[in-house]
Amino acid sequence: MKQGKQSWLFNNGVYIKGTATVSGPKERAGPLGQTFDYSYDDLYCEGKTWEQAEQNLLDQSIKICIEKSKIREDAIDLIISGDLLNQTVSSNYTARNYGNPFLGVFGACSTSMQTLAIGSSLVDSGNCDYVMASTSSHYSSAERQFRYPTEYGGQKPNTSTSTVTGAGSALISQERSSIQVEGATIGKVIDFGADDPLDLGSAMAPAAADTIVQHFTDFNSSPEDYDLILTGDLSSVGTPIVKKLAYQAGYDIENVHRDCGLMVYHSNQNTFAGGSGCAVSAVVTYGQIVQKLRSGELNKVLVVATGALLSPTIVQQKETIPCIAHGVVLKRVSES
Amino acid sequence: MIMDFFWAFVVGGSICVIGQLLLDIFKLTPAHVMSSFVVAGAVLDGFGLYDKLIEFAGAGATVPITSFGHSLLHGAMVQAEEHGFLGIAVGIFQLTSAGIASAILFGFLVAIIFKPKG
Repeated sequence: MKQGKQSWLFNNGVYIKGTATVSGPKERAGPLGQTFDYSYDDLYCEGKTWEQAEQNLLDQSIKICIEKSKIREDAIDLIISGDLLNQTVSSNYTARNYGNPFLGVFGACSTSMQTLAIGSSLVDSGNCDYVMASTSSHYSSAERQFRYPTEYGGQKPNTSTSTVTGAGSALISQERSSIQVEGATIGKVIDFGADDPLDLGSAMAPAAADTIVQHFTDFNSSPEDYDLILTGDLSSVGTPIVKKLAYQAGYDIENVHRDCGLMVYHSNQNTFAGGSGCAVSAVVTYGQIVQKLRSGELNKVLVVATGALLSPTIVQQKETIPCIAHGVVLKRVSES
Repeated sequence: MIMDFFWAFVVGGSICVIGQLLLDIFKLTPAHVMSSFVVAGAVLDGFGLYDKLIEFAGAGATVPITSFGHSLLHGAMVQAEEHGFLGIAVGIFQLTSAGIASAILFGFLVAIIFKPKG
C-alpha cells in the first residue's frame, strides 16, 4: 500500500525467513568478522579472476541462505540481484547456476535495499511466495571497474573508500518470523553537483538525508521511533554531512545513526574513509543487524542504502555524480 | 660529490612534489600527471633547458618521467636535422626505445612469474 509520497507499507506481512552473509579475508579480520556465515581466506575466493571471485561470493551467499531458510531451491519464485560491474555481470552470471526466475537490477551501492524493497513488494502483493534478494561487491573488481586496476598502483586520497569484498542474501516470504519487513521508502535521484569520484561519501550524503527525511514525513515518524538508523557507505566524510542535513530539516539523528562503512573495518586496516560497495550494507544488515533484531537487542531499524550512480566514462566527460538512497524498515515481532 | 647527491635529491624531489600537488590540489588523474610531465619535459627541451637541468642535477632530472619527454624530442630533433621532416618519425623513439623495450620485457617476465594480490 502506498504510504505518503514515496513509501510503501507492506500490509499483508512480509518477513525475513533467512539471511546469509559471505565475506573476504579483510572483512573477516574486521570488527564484524564473527557475524558472517562464511569467509574466504583469499581475495580470489576460489576463482581465477576477481570477477569470478565476486560470482563465487554471491553464489555462496544464495546457497547458504537457501540452507538456513530450510526451503527447496525450486520453491524460490524469484531471485532479484544486482552489483557494481558493467551489465551487472556478477548477478547475471551467478543466476545461470539457478533454475529460478531472475530480475537483475542496478542501484549501485543502494542495491541491497533496492532488491529487498522490490522483493518485499512482490511478496506483499502475492505475486511471489518466496523471493531471494541478493547483492555482491569485490574490492579488486570494483577498483578495476571504477578507479584503476589494483596492479596499476595508483594513489588514493583519504576521502576514498574501500569496496567491501562480500555478498549478502535475504529470503523473504509471508511466513511469519521474528523479523518483519514493515515498509520501504524509495529515493529520488539527487545531484548536488559533486564531481569527485574519489569522494563519494560527500556526494551521497544529500541523497541519504533526503530519503531519511522523506521516510519520517511519509510514515509520520521521528528518529526516536527507531533504535537504529543505518546508512550504507557514507564513510567518515559523508556521515557528518548526513547528520547535519537531517538536523537542518528538523530531525536529530545524531544518537541513532550509524554507517555500515564505518562498522566493517578496524581503523588500522588501511581502508581510508571506510568501507563501501553493494556488499557493505548487505553484510552488516543481514549479519549483525538481523542477529540483534532476533535477540531483541534491537526492535526497529531503518536501513538506508546509498548509491552513487556514476560510470567511469561519464565522469571523464566532466559530468557530476547523481546519487540515490533507498530505505527499508526492519522490525522485531513475536513469532506467532 | 656530496653536492651532486644533494642537488639530484632536491631537483628530483621537487619534480615529484609538483606531481603530488597536481594529484592532491588540482585533482588530476595519475595518467594526466604522467602525460603532463612528458609534455613538460619535451617543451623544456625545446627551449634547450632540460639539458641544462640534467647537467646540474644528474639523476634528479633523468629519472623522473619528464626526461622521457626530453628524450623523445631529442631523438626527433637529431634525426630531423639529418633527414628532414621524415626524421621526426624515425628519431622520436630512438633514444627512448631501450626504455620502452625493457618496460615491455620486464612487464612480461613479471606477469609470468607473479599473480596480482589485489
